[in-house]
Amino acid sequence: MKLEGKIALITGASRGIGREIALELARQGADVVVNYSGSEERANHVVAEIKEMGRNAIAVQCDVSNSDSVATMVKETIDTFGKLDILVNNAGITKDNLLMRMKEDEWDDVININLKGVFLCTKAVTRQMMKQRSGRIINISSIVGVSGNPGQANYVAAKSGVIGLTKTSAKELSSRGITVNAVAPGFITTDMTDKLNEEVKEQMLKQIPLSRFGEPADIANVVVFLASDDSRYMTGQTLHVDGGMVM
Amino acid sequence: MAEVLERVTKIIVDRLGVEESEVTLEASFKDDLGADSLDVVELVMELEDEFDMEISDDDAEKIATVGDAVNYIQAKQ
Ligand SMILES: NC(=O)c1ccc[n+]([C@@H]2O[C@H](COP(=O)([O-])OP(=O)(O)OC[C@H]3O[C@@H](n4cnc5c(N)ncnc54)[C@H](OP(=O)(O)O)[C@@H]3O)[C@@H](O)[C@H]2O)c1
Repeated sequence: MKLEGKIALITGASRGIGREIALELARQGADVVVNYSGSEERANHVVAEIKEMGRNAIAVQCDVSNSDSVATMVKETIDTFGKLDILVNNAGITKDNLLMRMKEDEWDDVININLKGVFLCTKAVTRQMMKQRSGRIINISSIVGVSGNPGQANYVAAKSGVIGLTKTSAKELSSRGITVNAVAPGFITTDMTDKLNEEVKEQMLKQIPLSRFGEPADIANVVVFLASDDSRYMTGQTLHVDGGMVM
Repeated sequence: MAEVLERVTKIIVDRLGVEESEVTLEASFKDDLGADSLDVVELVMELEDEFDMEISDDDAEKIATVGDAVNYIQAKQ
């Protein structure tokens, strides 16, 4: 086990990639805060699964784009577990539309949750991590934040923004023993990608050298690496986990 | 006054590794005591814990010298 005794907070851990990250970090010995926005039941289910492994976990409702709500979540984490070692900024949404058709609120919602949410959560945990003189922050970006993607101007802007934010927070916090890295997943099978039509999926598949879609576990394994001591000499990096889509 | 200054001084000496004699009311954290911006943020955090108060980001930005910190804490107490 690579994360024994660690406390991890994962945003958007009720479903999909975040859920798998929460479970995998717990398998590696961490106690986990499972954040969710609306899916209380699913979050409670993740907590129950973690407790079955003999680890501790709590579910905390919080909209990551709301600073008061984020501050309360981090306080609850520290009150419950006494410290915080790992933050995984995973919560995210899509509201796809062509640039020409994109409504202002589609732009705002995606930027607020996918980019501002990362800023707010990072800011909220740094006080504790600076005191501890250690911490791991892992941001879930996306491969389209590197390559661009038609129909996703809002999402791509947010995910590129996360890469820039990762580099800057890495530089600001390195002297306090905190590393900040990002993961850029390719096409991973979750609710988010389930809603794409078959034609789009087939097109996507053609662009993946390893010729399969990724699974949440493919991302969770890399997050474990970034959360563990194995990656101690890395900061500010973005790891592409996309079956080779973008090289 | 004396008591606040004493507690503030102790934190500064511990955190910045300076001599107690250097910590005068006029001393600027950045110019005289060798602190960088992040050190000042951390100092403010420790003052918040020590004196059990919240210092807003706006107020924190105005704290440049030891005297600024001491005055701020006294005004709030
Ligand atoms: N799937 C992919 O192919 C892919 C590719 C690249 C990057 N990503 C990124 O990976 C991350 C996870 O994606 P996914 O595919 O697992 O998505 P998903 O299955 O749709 O799950 C999204 C998660 O985020 C949570 N969430 C949404 N809005 C939130 C908010 N305002 N505050 C807190 N939590 C919120 C959801 O909570 P509720 O259940 O409570 O709504 C849910 O747990 C996202 O950042 C996504 O952009 C995914």
